[in-house]
Amino acid sequence: MTMRRLLIANRGEIAARIIRTCHRLGIETVLAASEADLNSIPARMADQTICIGPAKSAASYLNVDLVVAAAVEAGADAIHPGYGFLSENVLLATRCRESGILFIGPTEAQLDGIGDKLKARGHAVAAGLPVVPGGTIDAVEDAREMAEKIGWPVLVKAVSGGGGRGMKPVHDPAKLKETIEMAMAEASAAFGDGRVYLERFVASGRHVEVQLLGDGKTILHLGTRDCSVQRRYQKLVEEAPAPDLSDKVRAAMHQAAVDFGRHMEYCGLGTVEFLVDCKSGEFFFLEMNARIQVEHPVTEAITGLDLVAEQIAVAEGWPLRIDQSDIGFSGHAIECRINAEDWTRDFRPSPGTVAAAVFPAGDGIRVDTHVERGVQVPPYYDSLLAKVIVHGKDRPDAIERMRAALANCCIEGVATNVAMHSALFESPEFTKGGIDTSFFPSFLQR
Amino acid sequence: MLFTNDDIQEIIRIMDASFQDELHLETSHFRISLRKATGERSGWTQEIETLRKPNLIYHKAKQPEFAEKAEAQAEQDIAANPAPSAAGLLDILPPLLGTFYRSPKPGAPPFVEIGSKVEADTIVGIVETMKLMNPVAAQVHGIVAEICVADGQSVEADRVLMRVWQETA
Repeated sequence: MTMRRLLIANRGEIAARIIRTCHRLGIETVLAASEADLNSIPARMADQTICIGPAKSAASYLNVDLVVAAAVEAGADAIHPGYGFLSENVLLATRCRESGILFIGPTEAQLDGIGDKLKARGHAVAAGLPVVPGGTIDAVEDAREMAEKIGWPVLVKAVSGGGGRGMKPVHDPAKLKETIEMAMAEASAAFGDGRVYLERFVASGRHVEVQLLGDGKTILHLGTRDCSVQRRYQKLVEEAPAPDLSDKVRAAMHQAAVDFGRHMEYCGLGTVEFLVDCKSGEFFFLEMNARIQVEHPVTEAITGLDLVAEQIAVAEGWPLRIDQSDIGFSGHAIECRINAEDWTRDFRPSPGTVAAAVFPAGDGIRVDTHVERGVQVPPYYDSLLAKVIVHGKDRPDAIERMRAALANCCIEGVATNVAMHSALFESPEFTKGGIDTSFFPSFLQR
Repeated sequence: MLFTNDDIQEIIRIMDASFQDELHLETSHFRISLRKATGERSGWTQEIETLRKPNLIYHKAKQPEFAEKAEAQAEQDIAANPAPSAAGLLDILPPLLGTFYRSPKPGAPPFVEIGSKVEADTIVGIVETMKLMNPVAAQVHGIVAEICVADGQSVEADRVLMRVWQETA
């Protein structure tokens, strides 16, 4: 089927980004917006905007029935859920099917098998992927024995967690019981699912992921991304390809991701995340994200593909129009997430009115944003204001371009982390490449 | 129309080739300024304003429900600050604007009730801003006399959350 009218069940920069591709493809866009977002930039860009409820996400962006009702009302033939919110929600996919609306994402069975981290772990093992040593906890009393078997320190993870939420490291065996109990209580409150499991906590690890694109039969990889610059499991800088990996390890990761995709008969765009142990050089399956990701533009930069367009084509039922040999990787791309937070005051969030929004422009620079002068940044949602993406002929060139780009970034009215990024791009460890996830928190301590 | 990133790169290439260093363009839909960076900075900057108005469509099916919710929300949200404090009452303000919660998680007992004794570092609530939970410390010491904001209500940074009887030694 050919899509004519698409409902975007999201907000912010990703809504604006999806609208751009639809515009290019000649697909009409309807933005499903909360009351806080009715005058947002995506609302001004979309062909139509429909209000789906009050500002708070639980009563608007996270309400499956309201989103589907809005799509029916607007006469949309498909829903793009973006990332976050309902993007990996099985119920949304089900309701879409029942209402004759295309859900842009994988099948319900795939969402279920991937969203539940324990099931995903099982699928990874079945597909022959290495997983971090660990296992489920049926009773708190059994946890100690399992932790001893896994080896200290351990990580308590929520089965339904994601995006860095629902993870707690335990270094002191005496704290294991209380941490598990707290994690279970928090997971019940946050995800409606109190199940947790244990994994070995890899202290010196890199976060490297592989982008997949599949049509259910053919599974392609679109190369690696390194997302090791993180604070409290929130990614701040991403780059493609992942630097400082041997060709052998890189090829093995590509293959592992494709194996996983084939095992799932994956249909759509997805990302397989790996933890790379810097000491041993081994890598382990962490989880799969069954959606478009925030950091997808770095992959678009080095492959020249429009991933949202590919996602739409697969959802329309077309077989992939490219094969692995068509995918080339050119140069190096880096993305900085510009957030409305005061990094000098413990990353305190900074909602408010944008007084000025000047961004870099020119060769090798892309800015995905939803802020302009006069725009309100509401306190109800995440703090992502813009993504500055640069593409250079190699990593040093990309770093040089990012330094110049950040110097041309001027956002006033809300506090941002632009200066933090500028400082990071002067750090010799970061510019050398291959830092692990413990680097950034220690960088902030200096 | 929407400007694409490629459009902007192309315009800048043309301007570079013709030694132009500034462009301002305004239509009924957008306003765009491209400027060559000056001083120690290199490259170009862009400043875009989307002037087009949103094209809002009515959501008939769910409108009554929305309208009700929205009204209730608005009423809650615009609730003005309570009357100025009586002598001897100190205000507790949020650390920043957001959604105020009285308990650590849904269903749990509130941090404090009227009559609770608080010290400067006593946590009296949480303000959720941009998906981050920020504890609200009393900042003053005394006895909670009034709780001025309901659980789950949106608050501005100058909204009085609670009032505290100042303890006299």
